[in-house]
Amino acid sequence: MFRNRILVLASLALAFLTCTASAADQARLERGEYLARLGNCAGCHTAPGGADYAGGLALASDYGTFVTPNITPDTSTGIGDWSADDFYNALHNGERADGSPMYPACPYPNYTHVPRDDIDAIYAYLQSVPAVEQRHGDHELGFPYRYRSLLNVWQMLYFDAGEIETDTKQSDDWNRGRELVAGLGHCDACHRARARLGATNDADDAPGAMIHGWYAPPLADPEQAGLQHMELAEAAAFLQSGKREHAAMMGPMADVVFESLQYMHDDDARAMATYLRSIPAVSVDSPLRLIRMSDNGRREAMAEGRQIYADNCAECHGDNGKGREGAPALAGNRVVTMDNPINAANMIRQGGFAAATEGNPRPHGMPPFYDLDGRDLAAVMTYIRGSWGNDAAPVTATNLER
Amino acid sequence: MPPSRFKDAATVPAIRVLLIGALLGGLACLATSAAAHDTANNDPMAERLEACTACHRPQGVELEDGYVPRIHGKPAGYLYNQLVNYQDYRRRNRSMNHMVAHLSHDYLYEIADYFADQHAPYPPPAAAPTAALAERGEQLVHRGDEQAGIPACAACHGDRLTGVEPNTPGLIGLPRQYIMAQLGAWQVGTRHAAAPDCMADITQRLSGRDVEAVAAWLASQPIPEDTRPVANAVVDPPLECGSVPVPES
Repeated sequence: MFRNRILVLASLALAFLTCTASAADQARLERGEYLARLGNCAGCHTAPGGADYAGGLALASDYGTFVTPNITPDTSTGIGDWSADDFYNALHNGERADGSPMYPACPYPNYTHVPRDDIDAIYAYLQSVPAVEQRHGDHELGFPYRYRSLLNVWQMLYFDAGEIETDTKQSDDWNRGRELVAGLGHCDACHRARARLGATNDADDAPGAMIHGWYAPPLADPEQAGLQHMELAEAAAFLQSGKREHAAMMGPMADVVFESLQYMHDDDARAMATYLRSIPAVSVDSPLRLIRMSDNGRREAMAEGRQIYADNCAECHGDNGKGREGAPALAGNRVVTMDNPINAANMIRQGGFAAATEGNPRPHGMPPFYDLDGRDLAAVMTYIRGSWGNDAAPVTATNLER
Repeated sequence: MPPSRFKDAATVPAIRVLLIGALLGGLACLATSAAAHDTANNDPMAERLEACTACHRPQGVELEDGYVPRIHGKPAGYLYNQLVNYQDYRRRNRSMNHMVAHLSHDYLYEIADYFADQHAPYPPPAAAPTAALAERGEQLVHRGDEQAGIPACAACHGDRLTGVEPNTPGLIGLPRQYIMAQLGAWQVGTRHAAAPDCMADITQRLSGRDVEAVAAWLASQPIPEDTRPVANAVVDPPLECGSVPVPES
C-alpha cells in the first residue's frame, strides 16, 4: 500500500515535471518564432511560392547572385544535423557547421549582437518547422568572390564578433532598441550603404543602399527615413502598422512590415522607436547625383508635368497635393522631396498596396502607370517635387533609367 | 498581294498559339493613363481598389500586351482563390504577384466579395466561328467528349455558363484569346490552382484544336439575361476541384 502511494506520488511528480518542461519548451518555441519573425529570416530564406524557410531565393548583388540556403530541419539539405552550438557559431561568428566562413550576404555582422539565449530560441523554433528536402545550386559569384576561403581575410579585416555592451547612461528601452536595430532587425543591412567589399560603411552620414530596385534611405536623416521628428508613440505605431497620417511604407519596406514588424510586441516597438529617434540627425547626400537642368528645361518640364498631374494624379492626390484618405499628401512628403527620386518613380510606375496590418487592415492601392515613358515620368515628378512648397531639384529621364 | 509578315492564322501551329496566348495573358497589365477613372463617389471600397480597377474594367481591357479580364460578378470564392494563388505564386503575373504581395487573407476575401457584387453590363459577344469549330466547341461545352475523357464545361460552370457558387467562375463575356491563353497556361503549367487541380487534368486531354474550338464558341455566345452564378454547388461533379478555405469571420 505504502509502496503504491509512493509510486502514485512519483508518477504525479513526473507528470508535473514533464508538463512544466513542455510548457517551458512551448514558451521557448513561441519566443523563437517571434524572434525569427523580428529577424525576418523567412524574408530571405523563403522563395516566392516556396515552402517556409526552405531557401532558394536569388539575391542579386555587386558580387554576383547569392542563393539562400534551406534552413528547415531536413538533415540532408537543411540544417537538421546542426547542433545549437553550430547554429550559434553561424550567427555569432559567421562560420558554417563545416567550419567554412559565411558570406556576409547573411547579416551575421548584425546577428553577432544578438544574445545567445535568443539565438538558441530561434534555433529551437527552426528545428520545429516542417523539414523540407530541397537542394539549391551554388551561389553564382564573380571572380574572385567565388573563393570562399578569401572570406577568412574579409572577416579578419571587417568583422568583429560580439554583443554590444549596454550603455548604462541610456534607458533600458534605448538599449533594447539598439540591440533590435543593430542586431536581429539588421536595419543597416539595407539602410546603410556598403563600403568596399561589402563591409558596412560606418560613417555617421553614410547614404542608404539599393535593395530590389528601391533605395533604403538613411535612418540618420530625418528628411529621409529618420524617425527623429516623430512622437514616440507615433514612431512605434508607424513601425508596427507601416502607416501614419499622410504616409505609408511601400516597396521592400512594406514587405518587411508585412512579414516582420507587424508582429513586433508593443514594448519592443517602443524600444526600437526610442533608439531610432535618438540617432543624431544629419543631412545625408544621395548617392545618385541628379543631372542639372537649365531653367528653361525646368519650366518646360513643370508645364508638361502639371498637365500630366491634372490628368492622372489630381483626382486622388488633389490639385493642392494635399491628398485624401488613403492617397498620401505629396506636399511635404519626404519620399517625394528626397534627393534620390527612385522610390517615388517606382511608386508611380508600379503602384501597389501598403501592407495590410492591424493598424491598417484595408490599405488603399495606388494604380500602376507602367506606360508613362521616362520623359513624362520625369516631368510629372519634377512638377510634384517643385509644387505646393516642395522645393526639390528637377528630375531628368536619364536619372530614371534603370 | 504583298508578302505578309504574318502567317495565315490557320497555319500557325495550335501549340504556338497557345504558348503565345499564355505569354500574353501572363504579361503585366498595362494600365493606360488614358483610361478614364470612374470611381463611384463615396464608395470607400472603390477608392481603395483603384489599383485594381485601373486595369480590371467591367468590359475587360484589350491591351497591346495582353488581355485583362473582367472580374466583376464572378463568385467571391473563385476570385479569392485567384488572389491567394497569385500571393502563393501558383499563378504568375508580375503585376498581380506584386499587387497582392502583402495583403491579409481577410482583406483579400473582402476584395473578392466586393467585385463579386459588381454587376456592370458585359461586353458584346464576338462573331461566330466557322461551323466546324462551332460544332466541336458546343459539343465540348455542353456535352463533353466521353471517349477523350473530357467532361462538359457546363457540368461544373453551370448550364448558363455563368459560374457556380462558391468557387467556379463564369465563362461568358470573355474574349477568345483570353480563354485560349488560360487553357494554354494550364497545359504548359504556368497556371495552377489548389490541389486537386482539376483544370490541369482536363486541359491535358484537350487538343490544340479543342482549345481553339471551346474558346471561339464561348466567346461568341450571347450574354444570358440572368448573369448571376448559380447559387447551389454542383452535386456529383465529374472531377474533384481543390480550393483554399476562405477566412473565418
